[in-house]
Amino acid sequence: MSFPLLTTTAVLPAVGAVATAAVPAGRRTAAKWLALLVSLATFFLAVAVAVRYDPDGARYQLTESHAWISAFGVRYQLGVDGIGVALIALTALLIPFVILAGWHDADPLETGSRRWRPTQGFFALILAVEAMVIISFEATDVFLFYIFFEAMLIPMYFLIGGFGDRAHEHGEETAAAQRSYAAVKFLLYNLAGGLIMLAAVIGLYVVAGTFSLTEIAQARADGSLSMATSTERWLFLGFFFAFAVKAPLWPLHTWLPGAMGEATAPVAVLITAVVDKVGTFAMLRFCLQLFPEASRWATPVILVLALISILYGALLAVAQRDIKRLVAYASISHFGFIILGIFAMTSQGQSGATLYMVNHGISTAALLLVAGFLISRRGSRLIADYGGVQKVAPVLAGTFLIGGLATLSLPGLAPFVSEFLVLVGTFTRHPVIGVLATLGIVLAALYTLVLYQRTMTGPVRPEVTAMPDLRVRELVVVTPLIVLLVFLGVYPKPVADIVNPAVQQTMSDVHTTDPRPEVEAAK
Amino acid sequence: MSTAAVHSLWTTAADPIAKIEAPKIEYGQLAPTLIVAGAALIGVLVEAFVPRKSRYYAQVFVSVVALCAAFAAVVGLAAGGYGTTRAHVAAMGAVAVDGPALFLQGTILLAGLVGLFTFAERRLDPAAHGNRVDSFAAQASAVPGSDTEKAAVRAGFTTTEVFPLLLFAVAGMLVFTSANDLLTLFVALEVFSLPLYLLCALARRRRLMSQEAAVKYFLLGAFASAFTLFGIALLYGYAGSVSYGTIAQVVEGKVSTVDPALANTTGNDVLLLIGAAMVVMGLLFKVGAVPFHMWTPDVYQGAPTPVTGFMAAATKVAAFGALLRLLYVVLPGLRWDWRPVMWGVAILTMVVGAIVAITQTDIKRLLAYSSIAHAGFILAGVIATSKDGVSSVLFYLAAYSFVTVGAFAVVTLVRDAGGEATHLSRWAGLGRRSPLVAAVFAVFLLAFAGIPLTSGFAGKFAVFKAAAEGGAAPLVVVGVLASAVAAFFYIRVIVLMFFNEPRPEGPTVAVPSPLTVTAIGIGVVVTIALGVAPQYFLDLADQAAVFVR
Repeated sequence: MSFPLLTTTAVLPAVGAVATAAVPAGRRTAAKWLALLVSLATFFLAVAVAVRYDPDGARYQLTESHAWISAFGVRYQLGVDGIGVALIALTALLIPFVILAGWHDADPLETGSRRWRPTQGFFALILAVEAMVIISFEATDVFLFYIFFEAMLIPMYFLIGGFGDRAHEHGEETAAAQRSYAAVKFLLYNLAGGLIMLAAVIGLYVVAGTFSLTEIAQARADGSLSMATSTERWLFLGFFFAFAVKAPLWPLHTWLPGAMGEATAPVAVLITAVVDKVGTFAMLRFCLQLFPEASRWATPVILVLALISILYGALLAVAQRDIKRLVAYASISHFGFIILGIFAMTSQGQSGATLYMVNHGISTAALLLVAGFLISRRGSRLIADYGGVQKVAPVLAGTFLIGGLATLSLPGLAPFVSEFLVLVGTFTRHPVIGVLATLGIVLAALYTLVLYQRTMTGPVRPEVTAMPDLRVRELVVVTPLIVLLVFLGVYPKPVADIVNPAVQQTMSDVHTTDPRPEVEAAK
Repeated sequence: MSTAAVHSLWTTAADPIAKIEAPKIEYGQLAPTLIVAGAALIGVLVEAFVPRKSRYYAQVFVSVVALCAAFAAVVGLAAGGYGTTRAHVAAMGAVAVDGPALFLQGTILLAGLVGLFTFAERRLDPAAHGNRVDSFAAQASAVPGSDTEKAAVRAGFTTTEVFPLLLFAVAGMLVFTSANDLLTLFVALEVFSLPLYLLCALARRRRLMSQEAAVKYFLLGAFASAFTLFGIALLYGYAGSVSYGTIAQVVEGKVSTVDPALANTTGNDVLLLIGAAMVVMGLLFKVGAVPFHMWTPDVYQGAPTPVTGFMAAATKVAAFGALLRLLYVVLPGLRWDWRPVMWGVAILTMVVGAIVAITQTDIKRLLAYSSIAHAGFILAGVIATSKDGVSSVLFYLAAYSFVTVGAFAVVTLVRDAGGEATHLSRWAGLGRRSPLVAAVFAVFLLAFAGIPLTSGFAGKFAVFKAAAEGGAAPLVVVGVLASAVAAFFYIRVIVLMFFNEPRPEGPTVAVPSPLTVTAIGIGVVVTIALGVAPQYFLDLADQAAVFVR
């Protein structure tokens, strides 16, 4: 038996989480370094996964399969395709930056007992989320996936509710109340989605008799497992609902702005750049593969919902007064693009959507983490509290601008490639929706540039005159992300090469081929 | 005339005594019950003859040994194949020795043992008049707050009668799950109910509430018992027998011999339907299913918390065991009649339990409503009418009972000057003051909520899967929706504990003795073990899921 690389990649952060949590109360810094080292080691493992993965090889690689709960027909079954590899790499890449950016976010206040160890808890929870996200990207057993899809809510919930920005315009009491409200809303939305999915998971088992994704997909493909049309549609809806809550898709998105607004910037990055990706990833892997007919049946509605997400998210982002909520609404708009790309059912669309997941992760992380540095300096999330920062802290303003430009998909930065592919892919099949979706880009330019203009340009406000520029730790966080944005903007081939074969597979699962290019014959 | 001849004038020779068949009792196979019942009797003697100083230790010793020995006997019987191939009906058809019986007896014994540890806890409150005190009243019959009561406390009256009471209750429950005729069922019902009524009244703090709880429980329980008894009479009229096997045969239309006295009623379906409904009603009362759940919140809240924990876990196991046996052994021929009704009961139970729990402000009442919702989930497995249904219910009960005992044990720890601080608002910020206790309680709450990687999820998945396979898909949908609602109030408690600022005069967490620590520790370990690696226990439940008839 070969070395269980996938298991190790997921188990390492889990072990790291336990170890970090066990660090004694007095040794906070040791806990931070331990968490950082573990996350870096995980990143190297993820790189090893990417290197070992052969894009032209079998569909699922590095597979592992062990008996687990045979009474339920559940196996511990792992395997990655190109999409999984890309997202595992993204996750493992971002976590060290999240940890570094949140270095001081969980230093304990005066209250609490001797045994209250928030710092250890904070970093342990981040690693726990990482472990669960990675294993969800690897699972090829529906039950195994479901377990971690649900379980990751719990550490996420504590991260949102337990840790917030230090300074708050309404005082600590209100901040705590708003935080726990946001955390509960996050949990209930996702839990409700997950429980509805549970009913569908059980239904799938009753119909298929197994939880193995590969077996079911195989049986679906060769026709040995047929589902009644209505059964398939109900099961599809059960799965899709959970993923649409997680992604989030309009109108199930309302938990996201609250959660991202109240959480600290690194946790907000964790939500939108890492955890939410599991939702869109699962649409590709589970909805399309298990229920191809129903996926095509639902496409028109989903495309419209995705379009609404794009425009609605962008419009609300324009109207936000709070920096983090603005980024949250921008993310809703971007998730609309991702879902649009997935359900456009063209290879450009799906490749674009997968690239979009990666690029959105990096660009949002860059923008949000810099925004977090900004907020921690001034102690306010309100856009109106800033002005003229670029004169005082030029590096901060510059990196903020680059993050913002990536968010609006400026050509030359990574998100442009993916957004372009999604739009092309959508346009070839659904021209009207494709055209309307481009409006999202215009609005993105509006909300990003207005954000930059209001906070960074203009006269220097008295409160920001003493604002220090980025420190070394902060530069270490931001620089690699920006380098990566530029690199993938100019040369997206490495990621595209890994992703494309997997997308072709998914396309054949849903029995669709790209529409032929039609050129009107010249008379 | 010889003496013999004279004698024969006014006497007649009877048949030799040897002709009366002595009942054949398989003592070995009944060992678990006999051990516990015998130990309970010894406990009564200990209460009478052992000096007050050493009474507590003697009682704890007897009880622990008895429960462990009984559990060993259950394991021995199961290992001997009595759960599977050698399953049969013992004690002249009165008691079944089969898989479900042994599995549930084992569960009850372990729950009883863990419950016993919380009963024996004497470190939570400061000593009164130089005597260590536990959760129980020194003299339950004294008027609360009266001089008699104070005198009893001063004199250092012990409260060790709770141990034999617990053992009697456990013995009754052991028989209840394995009763194979209706009279044994009824006797067992009374044997375990009466000690529980008493135990409920014994709280040392909040005496009035405790006594009120006991009276309510007793009155409603007596009603339920009466219903059961009436139902038993009707079923006897219907089948001419109280034996499960015979009734089942009559239900299926295979009447062998009709007692001439019952010629008019045998096989009369009206008697069957009404009788079965009444017996099932009595069992649903014990289970705490809606609409027979009214007693649950009051009793759970008023009873001493260790008793609540034990009762919530073990009673539910025993009652579901009896319900399963009745529905699967006696009334399978009637399932087209009882399934729709049980559908309604299950849906109502899940929905009412989950929704009403949202408005609760007392942690014990909250857990009471949560137990109602869980009864609904378990009923979904009962309705499956399949082997998977039985095994899923067995597994769920085992998983649930450890979570419950553990959760109530944690409740006993959070205290202020007035005893346990059960009002939810008092729990604010507990996570800051005592992270470990709050984290443990959070684990239990997550298990109740059915979050993956806890035993609650494995159990919930098992029953829902069985229900879906048994054609009850709508029930599963209602179940997951009710779970979503239920998750809300479990989460609310976690929010309170971790995200709210501690109150300045908030409760403190008492430092417990190793007894309670063990009880909670076992709860946590089982909760996580059954969540991460449930395979062994699922197999066990699967092997045990065949009834003997």
